[in-house]
Amino acid sequence: MTERNLMVAGFGGQGVMLLGKLLSCAACESTEKHVTFFPSYGAEQRGGTANCYVVISEEEIGAPLGDHMDDLIVMNDPSLNRFLYKLVPGGTLFINSSIVKSEIKRKDIKVIPVPVTELAMELGNAKVLNIIMLGVYIGYTEVLPGDVVLDTIKKQLGKRPAMIPLNCEAFEKGLQIGKAQKTG
Amino acid sequence: MARKFMKGCEAIAEAAVRSGCRFFAGYPITPQNEIPEYFARRLPEVGGVFVQGESEVASINMVYGAAQTGTRAMTSSSSCGISLKSEGISFCASARIPMVYCNVQRGGPGIGAIQPAQQDYFQATRASGNGGFRMLVFAPATVQEAVDMTYEAFDYAQRDRNPVLILADGVLGTIMEPVELPPMRPEEEVKALKEALSDWTLTGHRAEEKALILPGGWAGQEDRCRRNANMYETWGKDVQVEEYETEDAEVILTAYGICGRIARSAVRLLRKEGMKAGLIRPKTVSPYPYESFDRLNYGKVKAILSVEMSIPAQMVQDVELAVKDRCRIRTCLRSGGEIMSREDVLKAARELV
Repeated sequence: MTERNLMVAGFGGQGVMLLGKLLSCAACESTEKHVTFFPSYGAEQRGGTANCYVVISEEEIGAPLGDHMDDLIVMNDPSLNRFLYKLVPGGTLFINSSIVKSEIKRKDIKVIPVPVTELAMELGNAKVLNIIMLGVYIGYTEVLPGDVVLDTIKKQLGKRPAMIPLNCEAFEKGLQIGKAQKTG
Repeated sequence: MARKFMKGCEAIAEAAVRSGCRFFAGYPITPQNEIPEYFARRLPEVGGVFVQGESEVASINMVYGAAQTGTRAMTSSSSCGISLKSEGISFCASARIPMVYCNVQRGGPGIGAIQPAQQDYFQATRASGNGGFRMLVFAPATVQEAVDMTYEAFDYAQRDRNPVLILADGVLGTIMEPVELPPMRPEEEVKALKEALSDWTLTGHRAEEKALILPGGWAGQEDRCRRNANMYETWGKDVQVEEYETEDAEVILTAYGICGRIARSAVRLLRKEGMKAGLIRPKTVSPYPYESFDRLNYGKVKAILSVEMSIPAQMVQDVELAVKDRCRIRTCLRSGGEIMSREDVLKAARELV
């Protein structure tokens, strides 16, 4: 595949920007591929809606924001309603099933529901739900090798080393779920 | 060289510092706030000065003041903020002050919208202030181009003793992309660049010597206008343009900045579909690459499409000047908070034939 697009959408505070940024940063640091990260958010400091659009491509990237996406990660119901129709047929929808309760009516897509909020709380910190979801995404899509993304996470957390073990655990947990979804 | 993943605004600021910029004054406005934010942290590290002015007017005049000492100085804003700076920009042009500024365009007219747009083409290329002065205006399409153009902009400003504009837009300012940064100029070189201007700069002279910075005046204004006009005539050599797949093209897309890169990817797809499409992408919009349109084979070219995030279209007027009725010209336009998509461009291009 020469170009792959992903949108991550949710409430402000769910870490959707960081998820997209870690993925694109890992692609920048570990590959020769072209990659763009385009954030979109409201004026709110907390809450509100936030989303980002990531393109990873073998060729030069034209539009950093497209009308359609190959993969969609949604963390809340409003994001699902707003963006689901933009997912291409055959695309993959990752949902935070702890929060997103709407029925998915589309039959032409693959749905990967993961209760990332609950899983994060089991790990002791609800904030790492985005890192679990990043793991799921990498495990399922294999867009990048898992260890490469893990390196980027560690690097980005360099100033807060105490947070590294928790985030590594969260990522590994997601990675295993993603891999299991792929094979199962 | 290692790639760094950077946001457009931050990359512009870092490139400026590496080029020797040691003074920045600005006032906040979306979507360019990461430029002053970055400078605020970065300039003190290299012995430079950052000021958040009390207004746009104050900020541009601080840049005027700093640059007349020979210090490489910069400001940035977005659309309506640039309008507020236009008096100072015009005064800098008149007083022959080398400074660099960046417009991260948002919607307009008026306060417009905070979303990305390209509504300031005429302002940038025709009248960035009163008085009919001109400037070199660079229009980057990628974060890498924004870096390279900003780095060079200070050299052009110094060469001409004239303001230089980096005409970006809200998409380019906001996205993150991999970049390779140019080398940091050593401090001795930055000092030498300043020293090279000492025959006119205001750095404190002995009582019997006078340096004069004159933004207009009672006498000699016609001579100054002629001198500037003569300088603008020399800028043909500074035209930068990307001509892509134009040789056998039957349809030409033309666009600058963010629309330029989208149009380029549309050309690649149209070629795969079998349409002979090509692209003329001005990297300088002043001076404009009129000659690129003379090089087209009008025996083959059926239509030209100007792709702009501006309603009404603006750059299309330069395209018309260049094409001179040799073929049809159409536009593909989005604005008002809507971002151009590749699908918009593909649809408009397919409708041409």
